[in-house]
Formats: sequence, structure tokens, C-alpha cells
Amino acid sequence: MFEHGSIGPVAARRLAFDTPIALAAGVSLPRWELAYETYGELNAARSNAVLVCHALSGHHHVAGWYADDPRNIGWWDNLIGPGRPLDTNRFFVVGVNNLGGCHGSTGPSSPNPATGQPWGADFPVVTVSDWVAAQARLADALGIDQWAAVIGGSLGGMQALQWTIDLPERVRHALVIAAAPKLTAENIAFNDVARQAILTDPDFHGGHFYRHGTRPTRGLRLARMLGHITYLSDDQMAEKFGRKRRADAGRFGYGVEFEIESYLRYQGDKFAGHFDANTYLLMTKALDYFDPAEPCGGDLAAALAGARAKYFVASFTTDWRFSPARSREIVHALVKNKHDVSYAEIVSPHGHDAFLMDDRHYHALVAGYLRNVKT
Amino acid sequence: MIHALKRPDYDVIASWVKPGETVLDLGCGEGELLQLLAARGVRGWGVELDPGHVLAAVENGVNVVQGDLDAGLAGFEDNSFDHVVLSRTLQTMRHTQQILAEMLRVGREAVVSFPNFAYWKNRMAIMNGHMPVSEDLPYQWYDTPNLRFFTMLDFEGLCAGMGIAIRDRRVLDERGAPVAEEHNFLGSLAVYRIGRGD
Repeated sequence: MFEHGSIGPVAARRLAFDTPIALAAGVSLPRWELAYETYGELNAARSNAVLVCHALSGHHHVAGWYADDPRNIGWWDNLIGPGRPLDTNRFFVVGVNNLGGCHGSTGPSSPNPATGQPWGADFPVVTVSDWVAAQARLADALGIDQWAAVIGGSLGGMQALQWTIDLPERVRHALVIAAAPKLTAENIAFNDVARQAILTDPDFHGGHFYRHGTRPTRGLRLARMLGHITYLSDDQMAEKFGRKRRADAGRFGYGVEFEIESYLRYQGDKFAGHFDANTYLLMTKALDYFDPAEPCGGDLAAALAGARAKYFVASFTTDWRFSPARSREIVHALVKNKHDVSYAEIVSPHGHDAFLMDDRHYHALVAGYLRNVKT
Repeated sequence: MIHALKRPDYDVIASWVKPGETVLDLGCGEGELLQLLAARGVRGWGVELDPGHVLAAVENGVNVVQGDLDAGLAGFEDNSFDHVVLSRTLQTMRHTQQILAEMLRVGREAVVSFPNFAYWKNRMAIMNGHMPVSEDLPYQWYDTPNLRFFTMLDFEGLCAGMGIAIRDRRVLDERGAPVAEEHNFLGSLAVYRIGRGD
């Protein structure tokens, strides 16, 4: 039997790039940094590297924990480690914080070299393709010509898909989980309400709140509360909270009364306490802009015609943020191109967040697919 | 790994598919046929509803798309496969005519195999007052996934009615050996190669 467990203590690293990166927004970052972590060993052929792409609020701390902060466990630790579905005994796993992030990579809270002050609202909006380009530069620096696989859920899955379009020679397998080929009007609407909550917070100061010594925590909190609702399912909320009320709650007022209110406020507070509002704006905009079929007149199959990767696509039955039907659009565009693809529609009560859960069948599928990925 | 003898219809199907061609296998199970075909240079994709079978197919390294055949083949393009295969599954489906039409929309041609209800041992079982249980109809009446019981003559009648051309036919007995005569009486399993009629 294999050992099966956490990768254990890990360390975050940071890499500075001195050659500019040109962004879709038409501007170029002259000097920029990426925070990343790696787990496992890169083999001699450098053929066993797997890139893990994060979703809206994620980062490079994907697995393990920090020696000085053992409770800070990576966000996809249940999937990644020795003997786990993404097995660090076989693969060299790379987690990265995307450009524009707020966990160590260059982003809106980083100093703008032109002013010496934080970029704030002046930080360029970045796209999924920009992230792929930045991740490719990290791959270059790590000596990885081609990923054995790129994997991600939600916005992370979109990056995995974009990799196979933008740099088809550099990725052998893409695992696209709980993603969509583009956002619907409803998806964009949710994102815009979230953005409006932040943009209209008086503490936002047009994105330059750092220099005012404030943070738009009220807006960010609302944005997260709204987002969180869309990550859960109605069934799961009914089961977990139903109409339960707090024992100490008063009635006929506007305090915390129903358990779901308490839960959402807690989630909102927790998130607003550490996340950067400008990064949140930028990430939701990257989501809205994601539409790899757009350059091909909306024909996703045409956009994927030049891809060389093999694919694993998965969706979750109660995910209404990016429903199974959206994943099937990706699958059928791949099948039309006669690309190798497997697709699983996983029964789960956990809505969009199911991709982060430790579900036996889901993890068996990922493990089963990755076992056939040659290193 | 692959026991071709256990599924003699696979050998028939494989003989109809040329290397380099593409196959869509409906109800592909754990992907045994697709593995057999892949070894012969055929590129294949499967459709399967059962989560356990989907997992096994993924583990077997074959392309599998989870989906319900009774919902049709929406999303699959017209004429996008050389062959669409439905092996030992037609009798479990609710929408018989719809799936046949869908197979011939998506595929240049189709292969359908099914247990022949008119096989003499089945007839004997009915004569003796029981629903048949055999190598090709291995279930009891109360646990069978089969919804429809039909014979070779019935199938051929449906094809004629739908304007479907029968291009080839192989009939096997209970041991998987070819049947040379009295097909609808001596045949336990029938395999048809069909196409759009002119």
C-alpha cells in the first residue's frame, strides 16, 4: 500500500520576473512577481509537473501547511498529497497565486513602480489568457517545458482550458472541473452586484483606499455573502440551516435571527478581513471576460481545434453557478474535434463548492484519470 | 482483461470497424469494447449513465461521457462518427425509435446487438410457462433492466418501417458461435449493421 496523507509542512516561494509581461488590457507590467509553492519532486525528464490553478478567492497555498502556522492548510489539501488523487509521490505539483492576486503575487496592493504607491484601481484588469502567459513564465523558470497536466476548478478550470488553447504544445492533460465555457448573463449579473457592493462602499475611495488607511470591508463582505449563496445549493442550505433560528435571537428586528444569516455574515466577515477588494473586482472581471470562443465567432469547437491535450471534465449535479449543462458544452466541443475527453456528472448536494469537497466518487475519478497520465 | 468470448458480439463489431475510424459506443459500460477497438487502432468515445461504470471506464483509460441515452444524443454533431454502437442495450431503452434515429444522425452507420427473444430456448421457456433466462437474457423477470422484448423479425420490421437499411447481420448462438440457418430460431444474439436507407 502507498502512504496516504498530507504533504506536511510546505513553504511559499516568490519569483521576480524582470522581463515585461504584456497584458490583454493593452498595458505591460515591467517587473512583476509570482508567489508559488511546489510539492513532490520534478523528475529528471521534467515530465511529471502538474499545475494547479486557483479560483476566485484561491492562491498558491494548495496543499500541506506552514510550519509556523499549522492550521493554515492548503485549499485543495484533500486532493493533493502522497497517495492522494493528485499523488505527490508521482507528480511535481505547482500552485501559483495569479497576477492581480493578494497573496504575494503582484497585484493591486503592490507598489506601482511609476508612483511608489500601491497600484490600487490603476492595476490593469487581467484576463485568463494573461494568467496562462504568466504561469508559462513560471514554468520556464522552473524548467518545465510541458505540463503533464493542468488542473483547476471553477475559474481554475477555465485556466486549464485556456492553457490548451493558448499553449497547446505545453500541456498534455487538462482537468476542467465545475467550469463553464463562458459566463451567462445571470453569472455576470451576480458578479456585478458583488462589484457594486465594493465600488459603492465609501471606504473604497475609487480603489485607492490603501492611501486613506481604510478598507471597503462592508462592500467586500456583501460581495462575498452574495457569492457564497451562489456556491451552495438550495438543498444543502435547506438541510444545513432550514429555517432554524438562533436561541438568543430577538424577533421583529433586523439582527441575526435565522441561522443562515449568521452563517453568511460569518463567512462575509472572515473573507473581508483578509481579502483585497481590488483583487476581488479584478477576479470577477476576469471571469466575466472569459470566453475563449469569442475570437472564433462564438464557435467553441473552432477555438479548441488546435488543442493537443486530453481532457477530464467534471460537473456537479447541484451546481447552479456553473451547471452540468455548461460543462457538457465544453465536452461536445471537444468531441466534435475528436479530442480525447472523459466527462463525469457527479451527484453531490454541495452545489458549486462541491469541487473543493472530499467526495469519494469524485476523488476516485480524479485519481483514476491521473493514474493514466504518464510521467 | 478482455474476454472476447464472453462478448462474442464484440468480435463481430470489431470486424466491421477499420483502423483509423471513429466509434461512439452507447452504453459503453466499463469501456471493454472501446479498449478492444483501441488495440486495433480505432478511436472511440463512450456514453454511459452508471457512475460506477463511468469511473471504471476512466480508470481503463477510455473516453467516456456520462449521460442518459434516453435523453437522446443532443450535443453530438450530425455525421460526426463513422460508427455508432449500441450493444445489448436497445432492449433496456424507453425511446427505441428515437435512439435508432439519433444513432443514424450522429453516425455514418450504426451497429445494434440485442438478445433475440425468439431463440428456441426462450420459446421453450415460455412453452413451459416461464420467462426465459439464458446466457443472453441472464436476468429474472423481477430484476431485469430489459424493458422491451423483441425478435429479429420484429427489429427488421421496425427498420423497414423507419426506412433504415440493414447492411449486414451476424447471428450467434448461446455459446457465441455463428448461426448459419433458421436465424430467428437458432440465434440467441443478433448483431446488425444498419444505415440510412436511400
